[in-house]
Amino acid sequence: MTDQSHSTAPLSVQQAATRNAPLARPRAGRGVLGLTRRDATLMLVVTVLVVFAPFILNPFPETSALAQFNAGYPDLMQRFVIFGIFAIGFNILFGLTGYLSFGHAAFLGVGSYAAIWSMKLITLNVIPGILFAIIVAGLFSLVVGFISLRRSGIYFSILTLAFAQMSYALAYSVLTPITGGETGLQIKNTDTPLFGGPESGIGRANLFGAEMGNSTELELGNWLFTFNLGYYIAGAALLLAFYLSIRIFRSPFGIMLRAVKSNQQRMNYTGLMPKRYTLSAFVISGMFAGLAGGLMVAMDTQVGPERMFWTASGEVVIMTILGGAGTLLGPVLGAGFIKYMENIISKINKDILHQWFAFLPDGMEDVMVAVVYPFIGKGWHLTLGIMFMLVVIFLPGGLVEGGQRIAAKFRRNKTQD
Amino acid sequence: MDQIIVQILNGLDKGSAYALIALGLTLIFGTLGVVNFAHGALFMLGSFCAVILSRILSASHKVVDPDRTDFLGNPLEVDVFYVQDWFGEAAGAAIMEWAVPLAILFSIPVMIGVGFAMERGLIKHFYKRPHADQILVTFGLAIVLQEIIKYFFGANPIQTPAPDAFRGSLDFGVFLGYDPLTIMYPYWRLVYFFFSALIIAGVFAFLQFTTFGMVVRAGMADRETVGLLGIDIDKRFTFMFGLAAAVAGVAGVMYAPIVAPNYHMGMDFLVLSFVVVVVGGMGSLPGAVAAGFLLGILESFASMPTVVDVLPGINQIIIYLVAIVILLTRPRGLMGRKGVMED
Repeated sequence: MTDQSHSTAPLSVQQAATRNAPLARPRAGRGVLGLTRRDATLMLVVTVLVVFAPFILNPFPETSALAQFNAGYPDLMQRFVIFGIFAIGFNILFGLTGYLSFGHAAFLGVGSYAAIWSMKLITLNVIPGILFAIIVAGLFSLVVGFISLRRSGIYFSILTLAFAQMSYALAYSVLTPITGGETGLQIKNTDTPLFGGPESGIGRANLFGAEMGNSTELELGNWLFTFNLGYYIAGAALLLAFYLSIRIFRSPFGIMLRAVKSNQQRMNYTGLMPKRYTLSAFVISGMFAGLAGGLMVAMDTQVGPERMFWTASGEVVIMTILGGAGTLLGPVLGAGFIKYMENIISKINKDILHQWFAFLPDGMEDVMVAVVYPFIGKGWHLTLGIMFMLVVIFLPGGLVEGGQRIAAKFRRNKTQD
Repeated sequence: MDQIIVQILNGLDKGSAYALIALGLTLIFGTLGVVNFAHGALFMLGSFCAVILSRILSASHKVVDPDRTDFLGNPLEVDVFYVQDWFGEAAGAAIMEWAVPLAILFSIPVMIGVGFAMERGLIKHFYKRPHADQILVTFGLAIVLQEIIKYFFGANPIQTPAPDAFRGSLDFGVFLGYDPLTIMYPYWRLVYFFFSALIIAGVFAFLQFTTFGMVVRAGMADRETVGLLGIDIDKRFTFMFGLAAAVAGVAGVMYAPIVAPNYHMGMDFLVLSFVVVVVGGMGSLPGAVAAGFLLGILESFASMPTVVDVLPGINQIIIYLVAIVILLTRPRGLMGRKGVMED
C-alpha cells in the first residue's frame, strides 16, 4: 500500500509536473541573460503582460455594463503579482521536489511582520523592509525546513501544517507585543522611524520619497487607465522572481530537485544528499514567500495573524496546482485566476444576472439565473472547488497543460489540412 | 485535585470527538490506503443532518385560531407543527425536542450513502495515485461540500439544542466527596463521552468478532493475499468507507449541541484530527483512539490558569508541539505498525 511505483497508474499531479518541464540543456543555445530562446520568449511575454497590465486588464470602457469585469485597478493588480510571487516560490518546492507543504503562509506572515517592523522602527522606505522580510522568512524557513524535512510524504505536510498553525496561534495570542495579536499591526502616527519619518500624521510607505500609493491616470475616450507606482514595484519583483524561477528550473540544481521527486533512494545510493537540495529549495521558496509578504506590507501597511492561517496555505496550494504545478507560467496564472474570481466574479449578484439573461423569455430567465447563481457571486468558492477537483482528476498539469493540449490539437489539424 | 478532575473531564468530550474522527480517518487509511482530507467535511455533514432533521420535524402550517385574536382584533394565525397533528400535542413536542438523538438514526443511512457515493464515484480512481494527489482531490471535495452547505444554510452557526432532559450540569464532585458545586459537568458532554465510547467499542467489536471484520482485518494486513483467496475485498473496503463516514456523521450529530453547526467546522476539526492520527500512528485504530483522548486531555490541562501563567500560550500550541516531538522522535507514532506509510 505504501508502494509508490505504479507504471499503469494515471498520471499524477507530480508526474505531470515532471513531464511538463523539459530538462535543461546546459550548453545548448544560451542567449540573452542565460536563457534559451524559448525561455527568453516566455520571459518577454510575461514582461509585456506585467508592464501593460493596466491596459490589458481594463478592456471595457468605464460606461459599459461590462466595466465590472475590469481588473485594472491598482489594489487588485498588486494582489495579482504578489500572489504570483508567492505561488512561484511554492512551485519551486512542490513542483520540483514534490514535497507538499501545507504551511507556506507562515513564511509570508513572518515576512510581513518583519517588513512592518522595519517600517515602524527604521525607515518608511520599502526596500529595507522587503529585504528584512526576505531574510527573516528565509531564516524561519531554514529552521522549519530543517526539522520538517526529516520526514517526507504526508508527514512532511502535517509537520509544516503544525508549524504554521503554531505560528498563527502564537502570533494571535502570546506574541501580542510583537505581532499586535488579533488586531495586527499598522503604521501609526506615533511611530518614529530612525530615518525619514513623517513630519506629522501617519507615515506612508515610499521608495526614496515616492509614495506607493502614487498613481497616474490616463483617460482615453471612455477608458480610464491607472498606473500605480506600487504595482510597478511589485511587478518588477514578480519579473525578478519569474526570471529566478526559470534559471532554477533549467539549472543543474533544478535537475537535482526533480531527481528528489522521481527517486530519492537512487539519489542516496549515488552518493548525493537529497536533504541538502530539498532544504535549499524549501528555504528559497520560503524567501519567495517572505518577498510576497514584504510586498504586501509595502502596498498596504498593515498585517494580521490571519495571513498565516492554514487556509491561506491551502490557497497557495490551490493556485499552484490549478495553474499547473511544475510549469513556469502555471503558478502565476493560477494566482491571477483565483484573485480575479475572488475580487471580480464574487461581486456578481442576482440583479446583474437578470440583466444578462434579460434576452430570454421571463420563465427561462428565472431558471437560468437560478441555475447559474450558486456558482458565481458569493458561491465562487464552489466553482473554484469543482474546478480544482477537475484539474486534479483530469488535468494534472493544470491550466497550462489544458492550454498546451488545445494548442497541440490545433497544430495537428493544421498539418492534416 | 478538583482542578485536575475538571480538566480531565473537559478533555474527555473534546478527546471523544477527536477520537471518533481519527478513528474514521484511520479506518479509511488502513483499509483503502487513502488519505481523506474530506473527512472533516463528513463530520460537518453529520452535524447538518441534525439541523436538517430538526427542521423537518418542526415543519409547520398556519391555522387560524378562532379563540384568540391579535392586537387589531383579527383572528390569530398560529403555527401548528405537523408532528403534533399526527402524534398528538405532547408526543409531538417530545419528538421535536429529541431531534438531535433522533438524527442519529437519520444520519446513519444518509452518511453511509454519502460514503458509498464518495468511494465509488471519486476515491476509487485515486487508489493508485500518490498520497499527495489523494490529499489534493479530497481537499477539493471538502471545499465543494462545505460550499454546498453554505449555500443552503448560510454562513452563520445554527443553534441546535439538546433535549431538555440533558440541559444543565451534573454535580460530579459530590460523587467523589467534594462539596457541592465544585465540579460541574454538563450532562450532554457526559452523554457525548459515553456515546463515543459506545461507538468506538462497537467498531472494534465489529472488526474483532465478526467474520466480515476478520476479512477486513486480513485485507488491511495483506490485501493481495485476501484477494487471491477469492474474496472480493474491494466491496468490503467500500463498505468500510461507508462505515467510517457514518462514524464521522454520528460524531457530528452528537456534537451539534456542543458547537453550533457551521459550514467550516469540519475543516477546523480536520487539521487537529490529522495531527491526532499521526500522533497515534498511521493505520493503527487503538493508536487513533488513544491519541484522541490523550491530546484532548492534554489540551485542557494546558489551558489551566496555573499552566498558562507559567507558559503563556501553551494551550494554543500544545497539540502541534506534541505532534512535532512525536513525529521526530517516534516516526511511527505511538502505536503505528511497521511498514505502514514509512518513508
